[in-house]
Amino acid sequence: MPEDGALPATALAGAERRPLGFYLHVPYCATRCGYCDFNTYTASELRGSGGVLASRDNYAEQVVEEIRLARKVLGDDPRAVETVFVGGGTPTLLAAADLGRMLGAIRDEFGLAEGAEVTTEANPESVDPRYLAELREAGFNRISFGMQSARQHVLKVLDRTHTPGRPETCVAEARAAGFGHVNLDLIYGTPGESDADWRASLEAALGAGPDHVSAYALIVEEGTQLARRIRRGEIPMTDDDVHADRYLIADETLTAAGFAWYEVSNWATSPAGRCRHNELYWRGADWWGAGPGAHSHVGGVRWWNVKHPGAYAQALGEGRSPGAGRELLSAEERRVERILLELRLAEGCLLELLRPAGAAAAARALADGLLEPEPYGRGQAVLTLRGRLLADAVVRDLVD
Amino acid sequence: MGPWTGLTHTDNTESRLDTGPCVPATPTNVPEPSRTDPALIRNFCIIAHIDHGKSTLADRMLQLTGVVEQRQMRAQYLDRMDIERERGITIKSQAVRLPWAPTKDEGGESATHILNMIDTPGHVDFTYEVSRSLAACEGCILLVDAAQGIEAQTLANLYLAMEHDLTIIPVLNKIDLPAAQPEKYAAELAHLIGCDPSDVLKVSAKTGEGVAELLNRVVELVPAPVGVHDAPARAMIFDSVYDAYRGVVTYVKVVDGTLGRRERIKMMSTGAAHELLEIGTNSPEMTPADGLSVGEVGYLITGVKDVRQSKVGDTITQVSGGAQEPLGGYKDPKPMVFSGLYPLDGSDYPELREALDKLQLNDAALVYEPETSAALGFGFRVGFLGLLHLEVIRERLEREFNLDLIATAPNVVYRVEMEDGTEHTVTNPSEFPVGKIDTVHEPVVRGTILAPSEFIGAIMELCQNRRGVLLGMDYLSEDRVEIRYTLPLAEVVFDFFDQLKSKTRGYASLDYEPTGEQTSELVKVDILLHGDKVDAFSAITHKDKAYAYGVRLVAKLRELIPRQNFEVPIQAAIGSRVIARETVRAIRKDVLAKCYGGDISRKRKLLEKQKEGKKRMKMVGSVEVPQEAFIAVLSSDSDGKDSKAKK
Repeated sequence: MPEDGALPATALAGAERRPLGFYLHVPYCATRCGYCDFNTYTASELRGSGGVLASRDNYAEQVVEEIRLARKVLGDDPRAVETVFVGGGTPTLLAAADLGRMLGAIRDEFGLAEGAEVTTEANPESVDPRYLAELREAGFNRISFGMQSARQHVLKVLDRTHTPGRPETCVAEARAAGFGHVNLDLIYGTPGESDADWRASLEAALGAGPDHVSAYALIVEEGTQLARRIRRGEIPMTDDDVHADRYLIADETLTAAGFAWYEVSNWATSPAGRCRHNELYWRGADWWGAGPGAHSHVGGVRWWNVKHPGAYAQALGEGRSPGAGRELLSAEERRVERILLELRLAEGCLLELLRPAGAAAAARALADGLLEPEPYGRGQAVLTLRGRLLADAVVRDLVD
Repeated sequence: MGPWTGLTHTDNTESRLDTGPCVPATPTNVPEPSRTDPALIRNFCIIAHIDHGKSTLADRMLQLTGVVEQRQMRAQYLDRMDIERERGITIKSQAVRLPWAPTKDEGGESATHILNMIDTPGHVDFTYEVSRSLAACEGCILLVDAAQGIEAQTLANLYLAMEHDLTIIPVLNKIDLPAAQPEKYAAELAHLIGCDPSDVLKVSAKTGEGVAELLNRVVELVPAPVGVHDAPARAMIFDSVYDAYRGVVTYVKVVDGTLGRRERIKMMSTGAAHELLEIGTNSPEMTPADGLSVGEVGYLITGVKDVRQSKVGDTITQVSGGAQEPLGGYKDPKPMVFSGLYPLDGSDYPELREALDKLQLNDAALVYEPETSAALGFGFRVGFLGLLHLEVIRERLEREFNLDLIATAPNVVYRVEMEDGTEHTVTNPSEFPVGKIDTVHEPVVRGTILAPSEFIGAIMELCQNRRGVLLGMDYLSEDRVEIRYTLPLAEVVFDFFDQLKSKTRGYASLDYEPTGEQTSELVKVDILLHGDKVDAFSAITHKDKAYAYGVRLVAKLRELIPRQNFEVPIQAAIGSRVIARETVRAIRKDVLAKCYGGDISRKRKLLEKQKEGKKRMKMVGSVEVPQEAFIAVLSSDSDGKDSKAKK
């Protein structure tokens, strides 16, 4: 990774034909949830090895600094930014004005495209109508709330501090503030959750009127508090078959409510309700990820920033790229990534991408009921409902 | 340590003054090879159980006769291969020429004699090689641990020695041990060979006590070899060893006539002629000589590169004016136990072939031919003399040739007669014929088990379970019995040693020898995964045991086979009749919930890793079976193989 973050010329070739997005990472949380393995910190101030101070208060400045670096690196790339997504951590732990300042830097350096999608994640307990109004004012038009569950006992296992009912209220407040797109994140398969609990969470979410729902199986990541508690036998591990059952319940409930899946874990009421930013990831577009630990991808070059906010601040303070490492994807790696990402989408992936062994595997998957016959006839591999639950297994065969 | 411990010099005359009874003697007027009067020759071997001190005793004899100097001495001088040394077993025999002038009772020495100590292989699998070594001797030392008494295998070899009319010199070793019971075991030995307990010599190979007396006793009691001096040479091969530098070294005993150096010789079983490049004796390193004459034991080198061209039991004579009749007793080695050997990594197949080729140079009993298994890929069906042979070969392949192998469960050779009169020889269970079978013949052995009498019940129960037929039982002493059974060899190669050991807390010892075949109600049990037969898991069992075998294997596989995208039935079947069934439920979820910008590299790398893992899966039809499953199932029959090898 060069010190100035410069990209090889190949990365920018043909860039004008690809959309460009920005991911802004906010690595701070009030408390760490037991299941979370994201790059986030609960201390409000962190120091780099060179003594540079990183804090919640000056964090927006550093991100603005990296956005300016992005401008230099991308040079005379003429593209305006199509999507911005602020994630974390807990972005709403920062003042709305800070989020606005970061967005402002993108607008200043790159310009926002007409109808750009500008999302922030939000914790239900850290926003109120005034905060939401300020976000709207700053230019945010989509908001994603971490609801997770409607059940107190499930929220407790997840260490979520909001009270049941609060996320639904947030949706109403966001609508009132003028947000056109609202997402609720849900988690299923938490130890102690029953099918009935899960149904109740889905109903509560749908009742609040979002136009997008993400539903994730709880992944017990190594090194988390939750993993330790399960290993010690304090709470039971959820069986994969239970996850499968909950997924089917989710798809059934959401479909009945007028939602359609467009990615394995994502449903929207209409194409306009889809998260365009995430679609950039899944379609191999370009995005710049700013903030500690954020990943970026431009034209087959992927890089990632140093993880620690102090080291991140240090690098930017010294005028260096905060990039910690990068990979230049080979043609084969890009092909594999296209298959593994696009197969997760409702549009599926082109059968043309497959080599003979992969094509034979696709034919078997079709026969096994894992791929939809109609799109297959059009040259697209699209997963069936059962296929979605076995997506990784299908991918392993198709990349042959 | 022995009394030599403090010695720093090797001057034998001086050390004789220092060290009491174990004096390295350097006899004078040592007769030379080819010019030794047969009357001065004594050919003997030592019959002993492992750990009863044979190698240590041999070491003492080498020292005492001055053949090996103290500074060259290393423990167990005669055992060559690492694995032998490690496991304390002797696989390959050798012969050492020891000069010894026996001391007389009234003092002084008699003429220097030549003692040829012929080492015998110590394991059940090598009965034929043992019999050839015995055939080269006129006497044998029966060496028994004074703390443990005689073991089954020793008893079997003792009987073999008696059949060869050898003079038996009974000896109790380790009399220095606190646990030694020399009186008790002397009585046991006396009872066995029909001598007086006072005839049993008591020695300590460790300290050297009694060893000189033992050598004197050999000269006194073992008959000199008898042969015709002025006759065409006839020499019996009792061992044949491949040496990387010298080619095959053949060990012979000359029965009649003289083999001179640079003679052209002929192998009488094949008629193949060879130039003698070297002839000589071992003392203990190879020492060239002018020749070997009546009654002498030594080695010869002809330049052949493969022990199968110089077969144990064969007779050597001269090309011109040679003998017409070979010596009796030659047999081709016949493999009794077969196993499929497959490289874990299919690309190692050529290496496996090369390794087997190399091992065969030194092992006339090792046979193999290429075999293909639908489940395991390309490998070899390998025939062995027995289980130890199998394990030694497998271990050498893995250790010396760095191969990772899957070995299928060992099986015996079946002869299947069909109703239409055709006959099949089955060395691989998957080749068991289908159709109308008339009779199935399986090899049987006569098994001899020695154990403390408290275990009689447990042993009989085990043998009964293994379809054994009691032949007889004798008390060797008050609390030790010899139990004889006829057992199907298939039952013996299947976990029998381990069971016997565990049921007798390790006290029982076993020996067996093939005695023919019997007809049995045998069936082939197939294992089917998702309807596809897994050839590597097919087994031939008695019909009464088929059900238990099927249930056990099917249950085990259910634990070992990961869930697939579809339900996988696992069935055990005899022909088309299913006798056991389990199901591996279909996997319903195999997808990571999240895949966003920061996850993509990680996900791709995970995928690459999973693909690697998939490569190590063997495809059985459409079912992915991890190699570990094959290893776990196939090795279940040979768990605790170390204890077995050290039987």
